Amino acid sequence: MKKNRILTIVTYAFLTFWALVVLFPFYWMALTSVKDYGAYNAEHIPKFFTLSPTLQNYADAFTTVPLGRYLLNTLVFTAGTTALMLVVITLSAFAFARLQFAGRDLVFTLFLALMMIPGELVVITNFATITNLELRNTFTGLILPSVTSVFYIYLLRENFAQIPDELYYAAKVDGTSDFRYLRRVMIPICRPTLVTITILKIIECWNSYVWPRLITDDANYYLVSNGIQEIRENGFGRANIPAMMAAVVVISLPLILLFLLFRRQIMSGIARGGTKG
Amino acid sequence: MTRLRDSGFHLKLTDHNSYMQKLCKSDICRLFPDLYKRFGMESLMEKQNNKGWLYLLPAILFLGAFLIYPLIDVFIYSFEEGYNSASQTFYGIGGYNYSYVLHDAYFLQALKNTFILVIITVPLSTGLALLISVALSSIKPLQELFQTVFFLPYVTNTLAVGLVFMILFKKTPYSDGLVNLLIHCFGGSSVDFIEGPYWAKMFVLCFYTVWVVMPFKILILTSALAGVNPVYYNAARVDGTGRIRMFLKITLPMISPMLFYLVITGFIGAFKAYSDAVALFGTNLNAAGMNTIVGYVYDMLYRDSGGYPSYASAAAIILFSIVLTITCINLLVSKKHVHYH
Amino acid sequence: MKIVLSHLTKTFPGRGRGNRKKEDVIAVNDFNFEIPDGKLVGLLGPSGCGKSTTLHLICGLQNPTEGQIFFDEEDVTPLTPQKRGVGMVFQNYALYPHLNVEQNIRFPLENLKGSDKLSREEMHARVTEAAGLVQIDNLLDRKPSELSGGQQQRVAIARALVKLPRVLLLDEPLSNLDARLRLQTREEIRRIQQKTAITTVFVTHDQDEAMSISDLIVVMKDGLVQQIGKPQEVYDNPANLFVAKFLGTPPINLFKGRVEKGSLFLGEEAVLKLKQVPDQPVHVGIRPEGFILAENGSFTCRLSRPEVMGRDVSIVSTHPASLNPVIRSIVDAESCGHLSGDTVRFMLKPQKVFLFDQATGQRISFETD
Repeated sequence: MKKNRILTIVTYAFLTFWALVVLFPFYWMALTSVKDYGAYNAEHIPKFFTLSPTLQNYADAFTTVPLGRYLLNTLVFTAGTTALMLVVITLSAFAFARLQFAGRDLVFTLFLALMMIPGELVVITNFATITNLELRNTFTGLILPSVTSVFYIYLLRENFAQIPDELYYAAKVDGTSDFRYLRRVMIPICRPTLVTITILKIIECWNSYVWPRLITDDANYYLVSNGIQEIRENGFGRANIPAMMAAVVVISLPLILLFLLFRRQIMSGIARGGTKG
Repeated sequence: MTRLRDSGFHLKLTDHNSYMQKLCKSDICRLFPDLYKRFGMESLMEKQNNKGWLYLLPAILFLGAFLIYPLIDVFIYSFEEGYNSASQTFYGIGGYNYSYVLHDAYFLQALKNTFILVIITVPLSTGLALLISVALSSIKPLQELFQTVFFLPYVTNTLAVGLVFMILFKKTPYSDGLVNLLIHCFGGSSVDFIEGPYWAKMFVLCFYTVWVVMPFKILILTSALAGVNPVYYNAARVDGTGRIRMFLKITLPMISPMLFYLVITGFIGAFKAYSDAVALFGTNLNAAGMNTIVGYVYDMLYRDSGGYPSYASAAAIILFSIVLTITCINLLVSKKHVHYH
Repeated sequence: MKIVLSHLTKTFPGRGRGNRKKEDVIAVNDFNFEIPDGKLVGLLGPSGCGKSTTLHLICGLQNPTEGQIFFDEEDVTPLTPQKRGVGMVFQNYALYPHLNVEQNIRFPLENLKGSDKLSREEMHARVTEAAGLVQIDNLLDRKPSELSGGQQQRVAIARALVKLPRVLLLDEPLSNLDARLRLQTREEIRRIQQKTAITTVFVTHDQDEAMSISDLIVVMKDGLVQQIGKPQEVYDNPANLFVAKFLGTPPINLFKGRVEKGSLFLGEEAVLKLKQVPDQPVHVGIRPEGFILAENGSFTCRLSRPEVMGRDVSIVSTHPASLNPVIRSIVDAESCGHLSGDTVRFMLKPQKVFLFDQATGQRISFETD
């Protein structure tokens, strides 16, 4: 029994240690963001707390650099990409799960094979395509390449396929069109999956860096990731770390809130076949 | 029920679960599965031949334009010598791009960095994640809180949080930074982890990479551990199996497919490392000597040295040959050691 | 609305190519039948006999390979389900799980277009009427998952009736209910059918179910119609061995026998005198109620045990000529007071004894003195 007790204590200590490693950067970022610029620079030995928190840095973050613009761009990009993707994948998943046509299974297999193509390979040509279409520094150029996700089509198809055929036949006997059946029956039944896909896509969009970086060099079209890089390299005169941290907080907060709200859905969604790393 | 609803994905039909399961047990489907599947209701389907394609059209267009065509094109690019992106002309066809890339010092540096990163972070993060997951699944109180906290890095912007890491590790004229402060406490001397010696920079990069990839691995392993049927543990306990033996002989084999999945995706992910490095060292990775292969590809494509899609293509293809090879080796090794049920 | 099925055939092509191609499956083979207006017809048969396919053909979910379907004089063969005006209740009810009862019942009405389009009030009135008919008016705001099997069944029927179909089709309507509910619900189906007087076809593999509520039953096997008739007629006069075996609980007792010189022999005993039957080996079917206990009976069996069922007694016995492990005979409780020893002797009721050709299974009719 005593051995068990020690083991429990060690376990909790270990978990707490890692929790600190995870949380500390967040704490430090929040802390620094409310430290006064002068006070921060005067700290030769960084302090773990501040007695005079200030919101000045947040004001700076929005006025000195176009952080609001970056946020707005990211919002437009995220909303546009996610909405378009939902339409595209729902239609495809419906075709694969419900409709019957020559070559369906072959095409589906091909789609699955496409999942193995790494994004880094195709980025080169896509960059050329978008450049040639003169779509650089436009939302169209940002959004277009990422509106299809084979993985989500697959996920949704599997979900659609679980709906018993009889519901479809019943709807057919009642004269329901395919599209109406999709809209009124399949989508409502599979809403949990659609919500999870939406959230995962939002996270992906909000954090996307490489493609936006390639396709935008006009700061008016920067997303937050590029914005933060820009801030780091050119904004705030490099040294205004508290203002930088304020920007980081502003950028990180939406997703953290989203996560806390949909925690279970996000985690089980990723556990079932998430992709990152 | 709430759990099921929130989990969303498992059966995903929420509170209609049992109802739907009942529906699926249809007599016709059960007794006539073949007929039903093959010819089920074909009169409804006859007119759908073109409709199916119509529904697929958007996806096919997008995939064709942004996935299939580029995939073919990247190979063509990589063999077009002296391609000029402005005039879109090239001199000839051959392997020169590959040879150039393989002799480019920056590429070799990137190759070395990437390999070091892979070799350090993949085993480290997987092992650590396993340890944490096992610890996590052995406790009851606070389990959910820990789980939530551990998952947090997954939803954060890599670039933004990388900045925080940079500040923690950076040594500036007025402050040594927090990490150096800790080193002082233990009697060491301060190092600039961001612009200092190579090993220090590599350390930060590895540290940050592990920090970033941990949530995914912990999540996957915790759910794998939760999926092990407790019957086995009970059986082993009845036989008087010790804790460690139980872990080695029961738990580990049971979760080995997931562990293996993590190793493979870990390798692939680590080979594609890029934004972590950018977050820590800025966009000019070549100057910092911390470039990665993917970084090299993008630099060739776009940055100061940019405008060389052919070199970029060649480098990208080299990268994916490496990844493919490693994945194949992994698969071969796994055949011996992974237990699929 | 009378339904006419004319030479209805449905073939599913065999799968695979070349040598590996399997044979075509004939699910329904040359089905001819005229279902009279306003009747309740049961399609009865074992799993895979083509009864569900027949229902789907009438419904329009599948197209026949050959033959035609008429509703009254109208050829509906080329029409899609919605244009045929049929209501269908699926085996598992196929209620939309995310819609409540009212929304489920209203769903078909919302599909109506053009001149058929209903106003919100009309829809509401129709839904209320249909719900009232199946007595679920108090459940309108529940979700299907919150209903019992019987209630789901009623909702499915209401949904089928709400668009005032010309024909109502039910696919194994009772198979998902427990035994008690099944009895209740089949009465309910009968009541609703009689009240609405809609021509109704239902599919079942349970002969009890079919016999108890149908005006007519159709017995099918391997895609072929075996017999059509009123339930009692079919029971009393099975057309062939299959029908005789399929109908009746406890099932009919089967024997290997032979006709010799105007007598039916089971084993060495001549059990019945027959007229006009040529000598031949036959299969003999005797209904459980076709036995009369008689000390001087001509049919001797080895007694296993009597099973008391209250009003009746089921006598379990064996006989070398029997094709079943045991023979079950049902006799009055009073008549078996003197049951003892290890043999039991019966007389047979000729109208409960059926002879079948050993090769084809077709009924051989006979007369007795």
